[in-house]
Amino acid sequence: MVASQLAKTFKDVLSRFLASPSADRQAVEELVRGIQRALLVSDVNVELVSRLSDRIRERSLSEKLPPGVSRKDAVLKIVYEELASLLGSRPPKFSTGGKKPYIIMLLGIQGAGKTTTAAKLANYLKKNGFKVGVVCADTYRPGAFQQLQQLLAPRDIPVYGEPDSKDSVAIAVKGIRELAAHDLDVVIIDTAGRHKEQSTLMEEMKMLEKAIKPDENLLVIDGTIGQQAGVHAKSFHENTRVGSIIVTKLDTSAKGGGALSAVSATGAQIKFIGVGEALEDFEAFNPSGYIASLLGVPDIESLVERVKLAELEVSEEKAKALLSGRFTLEDMVNQLREMKKLGPLRKILSKLPLPGMADLPEEELEKAEERIKKWSAIIQSMTAEEKSNPQIVDDSRARRIARGAGVSERDVKELIRNYQLSRKMMKDRRLRHVLRQTKGI
Amino acid sequence: MLQGLKKVFQDIAEKIRTTTLSDEEVEKTLQTFFSQLVSNDVAVETAESIVSGLREELKRVRVGRFNGDRAVVRQILRRAVEDKIKQADARILLERAERNMGAGRPTVIMFVGPNGSGKTTTVVKLATYLRSHGYSVILASADTFRAGAIEQLETLGEREGFIVVKQGYGADATAVAVDAVNRARSMRAHFVLVDTAGRTETDRGLLEEMKKMKRVLNPDFVIYVGDALTGNAAVEQARQFNSVVGIDYVILAKLDADARGGSALSIAHATGKPLIFAGVGQDMKDLDDSPRERVLSSLDLA
Repeated sequence: MVASQLAKTFKDVLSRFLASPSADRQAVEELVRGIQRALLVSDVNVELVSRLSDRIRERSLSEKLPPGVSRKDAVLKIVYEELASLLGSRPPKFSTGGKKPYIIMLLGIQGAGKTTTAAKLANYLKKNGFKVGVVCADTYRPGAFQQLQQLLAPRDIPVYGEPDSKDSVAIAVKGIRELAAHDLDVVIIDTAGRHKEQSTLMEEMKMLEKAIKPDENLLVIDGTIGQQAGVHAKSFHENTRVGSIIVTKLDTSAKGGGALSAVSATGAQIKFIGVGEALEDFEAFNPSGYIASLLGVPDIESLVERVKLAELEVSEEKAKALLSGRFTLEDMVNQLREMKKLGPLRKILSKLPLPGMADLPEEELEKAEERIKKWSAIIQSMTAEEKSNPQIVDDSRARRIARGAGVSERDVKELIRNYQLSRKMMKDRRLRHVLRQTKGI
Repeated sequence: MLQGLKKVFQDIAEKIRTTTLSDEEVEKTLQTFFSQLVSNDVAVETAESIVSGLREELKRVRVGRFNGDRAVVRQILRRAVEDKIKQADARILLERAERNMGAGRPTVIMFVGPNGSGKTTTVVKLATYLRSHGYSVILASADTFRAGAIEQLETLGEREGFIVVKQGYGADATAVAVDAVNRARSMRAHFVLVDTAGRTETDRGLLEEMKKMKRVLNPDFVIYVGDALTGNAAVEQARQFNSVVGIDYVILAKLDADARGGSALSIAHATGKPLIFAGVGQDMKDLDDSPRERVLSSLDLA
């Protein structure tokens, strides 16, 4: 999530605030102004910002400082709570409630990213064990059906569409019927882009809803949208009740503050976010993670979330064990390999609560990815004893392992050296201190 | 459309005209003006620049007082905004085509912009516009990345009766464009409009790729297509595209979607480049060639 700039502004403001001895009116005012500007830059609605800053101002001046809590923490807590009360505090869960097929209709303005989102959502749900199909009911934008097909055929997700038909309602109804043969859990209906000034298209959307009776209407909001997000969302909501929201394009310089207005206009919760061009660049929305990054406190939560969701055999305990230094050689290599599956290393590393991870040079990362491949091979050529007790690997064992894995002896030794170094590093008191701290907030 | 901003300008004009303001009151009025600009989707950075320009202006003029002269006030406000929006005359494109045709070559226009801003639709709209002025146009589908992009331009373009030059997905985008230019040359077509893949301003690599394409293709014009509904990201998007790729003109798409038009100010402020068209509807004919007037008159400043 690209909130680093905003986070920096927040941090600047907070540190300035902390420099003054007590929370006098002027200091609070300066803090509030800084927060206001940061939120406006993030496209949060002007009225919402003003309401929010009133609350922060009021609470900062009236609430007593609990014993043992620093002023900084107290203010952070207020800001956090106020933002959380807008966003909801827990990540919403996706569930079909046992209905089969569960029908999802996607809605949104032209160019918000509905079709890409339809494909990403389908892919995501499939990975989470649902049988999914997609119906293309966009009869306006040419190429919409082909787009879905090209994205989903390689993933074995069925797509229904009639590129030559102009009757979206008939396509949707027939699509659901045709896809029934696949015994699906979820059917996603992709619709044409539209906005509130286009009354015919809004009318069509209502007819679609009436005909297919979706279980959930999902509003797709462009992360770069500005102050108009609220009124547009409201108009969708008034025509067809919006059940939940997906925010796209959060890999851009936009912070997605428009989505906040959409939330307050519809009462619906944000369920997912789109963070890149690849189908995998799709995550469950994590409100506290979003706020944490807004506040400049990187969180491990969403990393664990992504790990789980990519259908990996990594548990939270294991991730914690990795970070605390209690891990075997095999653990290390497996973890690295599984991490690698999640996407480019840069993205993952930048989420770890370690300083400087995001600015590693590209070639270093490429080398690291190469190394992980080699290490996976090496591990497979080691005996159980060697894996649990790597120091017994002498020259002759290293030679044997290298031959088996198709790598050089140097690679084998490098792995073992690396493992020992990592263990030592993870046991470092200061590092563990940093890790412990980031668990808060 | 743009009703919001219009009211903002009326309010402040009225306020300045009718009251003798103290420094404190001026500051308060400017603050209100600032949040009104922002709520009309002018980016924070741009709004700050407009407000500080206005502050200077007011200091200067206040020496002489306004004497309730509405015209003076309007002039001040108009100047604060006018500087931010420039308008390019669409005839520049047509004249270039005449000149190039004399030299036996087509006029090449490359379209760039963020994902989903409306590039493909805008390409076909401009093609329709150029044809209505008596010029022949060939379209190049150089978005070989996004699934469905080729089919979209092909279907839309051919429905309107244009030749669409394409290759498969994953093909070299520049090669497709060069191919189209060669076709146009041999067919003696006036224009080649090159549709490219949308990209995010944060992906430097993709922007560099665009720059390379520009170097090879050497287009007559690079047109940036921005989404009128964009908020603060409008500044960074336009700035990055302009600084890495280099743009000549701006087309604002989706201005009919009850967009407040604030992003017109932000994009112009970030790039200093003139607006040339605005997309104002779903129909292929819905392209306005005097977007600046549209914006200014909506602001009650024309």
